[in-house]
Amino acid sequence: MRHIGGIPIALAEREGLMESYALLIAATLNAGTVLAIAALGLLINEKVGVVNLGAEGMMLCAAIAGFAAVVHTGSDIAGFLAGMGAGALLGAVFGVMVIYLGTNQYATGLALSLFGAGFSAFVGISYVQEKLPPRPQFEIPFLADIPLVGSAFFKQHPLVYGVIAFVMALIWFLYKTRSGLVLRSVGESPESAHALGYSVRRIRFLAVMVGGALCGLSGAYISVVYTPLWVEGMVAGKGWIALALTTFATWRPARILLGAYLFGGVTMLQFHLQGLGVQVPSQLLSALPYLATIVVLALISRNPAWIRVNMPASLGKPFHPSS
Amino acid sequence: MLKLELRPQASHVWRYGSPLLALLITVALGIGLFVLLGKDPVRGLQMFFWEPLRSAYALGELMVKATPLLVIALGLAVCFRSNVWNIGAEGQFVIGAVAAGGVALLADKETGRWIVVAVVLAGVAGGMFWAAITAWLKDKFHANEILVSLMLVYVADMVLGYLVYGPWKDPAGYNFPQTKSFEAVTQIPRLMSGSRVSVGLILALIGVAAVWVFLFRTRSGFAQQVGGLAPSAARYAGFSSRKALWLALLTSGGAAGLAGALEVAGPIGQLTPYIPSGYGFAAIIVAYVGRLHPVGIVFSAVLMSMFYIGGELAQSRMGLPKSITGVFQGLLLFSLLACDTLVAYRLRWQSGRA
Repeated sequence: MRHIGGIPIALAEREGLMESYALLIAATLNAGTVLAIAALGLLINEKVGVVNLGAEGMMLCAAIAGFAAVVHTGSDIAGFLAGMGAGALLGAVFGVMVIYLGTNQYATGLALSLFGAGFSAFVGISYVQEKLPPRPQFEIPFLADIPLVGSAFFKQHPLVYGVIAFVMALIWFLYKTRSGLVLRSVGESPESAHALGYSVRRIRFLAVMVGGALCGLSGAYISVVYTPLWVEGMVAGKGWIALALTTFATWRPARILLGAYLFGGVTMLQFHLQGLGVQVPSQLLSALPYLATIVVLALISRNPAWIRVNMPASLGKPFHPSS
Repeated sequence: MLKLELRPQASHVWRYGSPLLALLITVALGIGLFVLLGKDPVRGLQMFFWEPLRSAYALGELMVKATPLLVIALGLAVCFRSNVWNIGAEGQFVIGAVAAGGVALLADKETGRWIVVAVVLAGVAGGMFWAAITAWLKDKFHANEILVSLMLVYVADMVLGYLVYGPWKDPAGYNFPQTKSFEAVTQIPRLMSGSRVSVGLILALIGVAAVWVFLFRTRSGFAQQVGGLAPSAARYAGFSSRKALWLALLTSGGAAGLAGALEVAGPIGQLTPYIPSGYGFAAIIVAYVGRLHPVGIVFSAVLMSMFYIGGELAQSRMGLPKSITGVFQGLLLFSLLACDTLVAYRLRWQSGRA
């Protein structure tokens, strides 16, 4: 039997392969986190009955805001806050328009996405060459040292664990608290919520701002952690995939997380397959996440009754208190 | 405080006044942006609203850019009036360009002028095919057409990328990701020498008339709009919503594909990774600003074309990023949507608590 450094080659190769699977899992969790944060924000929007097609635009603006903040302050926290601020601000603009001016939600969201793409490119042009300070490495003491499992699960950015905690908190909030019930009732039956004395428009507006802030956090995570640089259009459709995820998850937070990891896995699979030397055109691999979104949407939407039961009943419909 | 009050009837004045007010707001925001950047706002506005009109040549260039926007937006007007949300015209444009380019590559020195017709038809068919995927998934699986059509934009870019980096790459092209330049015989005929304006402009204007007749003078066009405004009324009248869906998507897809063919066999003359120009997205704004009306769209297409040319001039002459065009486009649509509130509501000053 041939050996390298005392280890049989076959075993060494298997170790290498196993290690690459561990890294694939790690990358999947990372990519899934990007999608999960944004999709949870959009879920909060949709739970109160508002569809925000501007996710992509908010994420792009937040990505450049976060990146610029880190360049100028050197602090990642400042970057995340800047991204959340940018997302919340754009969410507020969107909210004023659709909730208080009664504009069409689809058209307004689309306007936000188009504006966000243009504006982020415009502002970002001077940051294209900029580099961030060295990226910190994270690992959980002891756990990270476990072979394979350590590199798969325990060397992640804190937000990767944060989003899991957030999902649990969100489930508790939505389904176990009174405020969560009010929030859902605004999406299911704004007329009843209004009749009970709740301000439908104010609750919707707050939810839209929170949703914007989360989309912003996701955008900043992309430019600060996930691919630490700024390139025009770098969100590359993740906002739209996050929108698809809310349908995929039939508006349940836990399923959003699962769906996000699934799509994160599809995104990462392309690099893994390329690494394994699979002979497929790289463009086909790059198209996988988008194709997967289409296929999954078609499968999940196949039964309209199933969607109707799960979807917040007032989704996409404006509410005017006097009517 | 200010309060919105529902008008008993939609205001006609504001229906047409709103795009103008939106343009004024966009210009005002633009002036603010120029001042903020320390640029002369008068010169900035000149780039957008005067330079593109200054000479016969400039006017020609204005038409060259307005043509694809007009063609795509006409299709989208039909689509949006049917309440079908095709936002993937960019992808249909790209696949139209790819199909047209594929036919154009077949031409050689002996090919006759008839090939132009084949190039254009291939473009239309390509765009229709790409939109048909969305229609099929919506019809068969109820998949949301907004997300599917948008995802297909990314897929279309990958298809183009695969072809120009792979099988269609010009072997004599120094390894650049592009096809060989198309034979002159495939070129969309130009209207006159000295200007790049092509027959495409005539086709677009015929399209304006055709869409007008279809929407306002045919039963089918009427059914299309009833389905968009009041689906249950349409059902009651026996109008098929499936037919409306397919017609809406095939029309807008075909139009976007036509625009792709006109571009690739016109000003561009070969396939490159830079075919996706954002016209498909800008045309959404064109359609809305033109009130989804074929005649209105002519004006808004010219306006949007001014934004493009102004952006290029602002880059070359004032050192501003070209992406300023996208900022103005987005601002225009935002302002328009906000101003449209005045169509259905009036502002009332109300003292005390609302």
